[in-house]
Amino acid sequence: MLERRGFSALLYDRIVPIGVVVAVIIVLWYGFAVLLNAQFERDQAARAKTEITTSQLIERTLSQDRPLLPAPHQVVSEIWDTTVMKKITSKRSLVYHGWITLSSTLLGFLMGTVLGISLAVAIVHSKVLDRSLMPWIIVSQTVPILAIAPVIIVVLNAIGISGLFPKALISTYLSFFPVAVGMVKGLRSPDVMHLDLMRTYNSSAAQIFWKLRWPASVPFLFTSMKVAVAISLVGAIVGEMPTGAVAGLGARLLSGSYYGQTIQIWSALFSAAVLAALLVMLVDLASRIVLRRMGMAQ
Amino acid sequence: MNTQILAIAVAFWLVAWLVNTWLVGLRPTNGLVAKAINLMIPLLFGVALLVLWEGVIKGFDVSKVLMPAPSMVWARITSSVDILWADFYQTYMKAVLAGYAMGCGSGFVAAVIVDRVPFLRKGLLPIGNLVAALPVVGIAPIMIMWFGFDWQSKAAVVVVMTFFPMLVNTVAGLTASGNMERDLMRTYASNYWQTLVKLRIPAAMPFIFNALKINSTLALIGAIVAEFFGTPIVGMGFRISTEVGRMNIDMVWAEIFVAALAGSLSYGLLALLERAVTFWHPSYR
Repeated sequence: MLERRGFSALLYDRIVPIGVVVAVIIVLWYGFAVLLNAQFERDQAARAKTEITTSQLIERTLSQDRPLLPAPHQVVSEIWDTTVMKKITSKRSLVYHGWITLSSTLLGFLMGTVLGISLAVAIVHSKVLDRSLMPWIIVSQTVPILAIAPVIIVVLNAIGISGLFPKALISTYLSFFPVAVGMVKGLRSPDVMHLDLMRTYNSSAAQIFWKLRWPASVPFLFTSMKVAVAISLVGAIVGEMPTGAVAGLGARLLSGSYYGQTIQIWSALFSAAVLAALLVMLVDLASRIVLRRMGMAQ
Repeated sequence: MNTQILAIAVAFWLVAWLVNTWLVGLRPTNGLVAKAINLMIPLLFGVALLVLWEGVIKGFDVSKVLMPAPSMVWARITSSVDILWADFYQTYMKAVLAGYAMGCGSGFVAAVIVDRVPFLRKGLLPIGNLVAALPVVGIAPIMIMWFGFDWQSKAAVVVVMTFFPMLVNTVAGLTASGNMERDLMRTYASNYWQTLVKLRIPAAMPFIFNALKINSTLALIGAIVAEFFGTPIVGMGFRISTEVGRMNIDMVWAEIFVAALAGSLSYGLLALLERAVTFWHPSYR
């Protein structure tokens, strides 16, 4: 196959294919919106004993208040209305809710990363921990952890801890795992040759750690942090549900589903998606910068 | 405060730790003994953890509303097997299994198509990667609106959650076979389908099983969380959310135990299957 370089590679290998797929998805979406919402409009017309033409039908299906499937432009205009047009402090502003979710995501992500790194360091340096703790860390992930979310929230509420921290704990529980597993791999990644060299230099365990193991593990750390930040967001969103839908993107989802506000659900979903993509991109950017400065960029 | 129980629990923990340290130091020559020791170490750790949990709860007289002791949870499990079984049947046998089969199956088929059409690979794969990182559980309220309150809507959530990991992993796996092996297939004059079935899919199996394992946990999570949004009066997610409201935390932990058991068993089963299917892989030889 022909090798493309520079801008034309970007155009033909990224922008055109992705653009076409996105366009197809949007067209399909409009089609399904008309199809799914048509029944309601036909019922309305039959009840009012009026005939509606096809063009009227299509027009109305795309502008319902509570459609089964809102059309893309409805979702976009709802997002525009609730982010740019509302004051940030308003309870109806998506920025306000997004910030609440984001803050517990970041706190949980931070705690999870620290916990994951410390567990990995302990596991790498202690044979007993490696053999006894590692299997349980893996088992802990076959447990549907999110099922514990309501318990953690309610229990911590009962002893007077509420707000950011319980939600962040759920994100922590979810995000420590990829970091721990990735870091164990990373801290063990130096060659036997390198470790032997350090030993011939008569370096202590701490020196081996800081000068060899830690730098070698940085690429692994960033790869696992990308996974961790995405699931931290999931944890924060699910953590907002059992508290009774007070604030946050998860609360917007829940209250939207209680009151049948589909456009609100979809706009919350889209902001969550944008938030997730932004967080992953941010970690990716940080990893590129750090790896370049360490001279490890590919 | 009951210091005696607490002291016993801590002592047990310390003894278990010492035994584990001793076990790790052993170098058994017999393979079977080595296997038994490998199993013993984490098991002892788990038991010690349970004893410590029990000791702390009993020792500090922690209210059972906050955190029940393991013995209480066990009593609750044995006394309400029928409720737990009904919930398990509704959530796992109906929603999870149906959704898992459909999601993984369609993800696999989509991956074969995407692999055949390079344009789709360039266009669809970045989107698939993005969606795999998104909080997909959020679609639960929409699915409930579309497919009703019963298990069908939960299965739909599971389908969407499991589709993209399967797609991304299988596409990666289909490129795993080497050029040499593909050239060999060409010299045998095999066509696309023969190469696919006899070389590329077997070579992709480690990737496919990786996705299957990830999905087994995701599916359970998806079904349980989807039930938080609305369900008939049975199901694990329903039970968890209502019993939390009634402060029956021991029942919640009983459900979590069932979920953990189901999750671990399906994971273990998949691991066994993987070993049987990919017996040729270097990590098992």
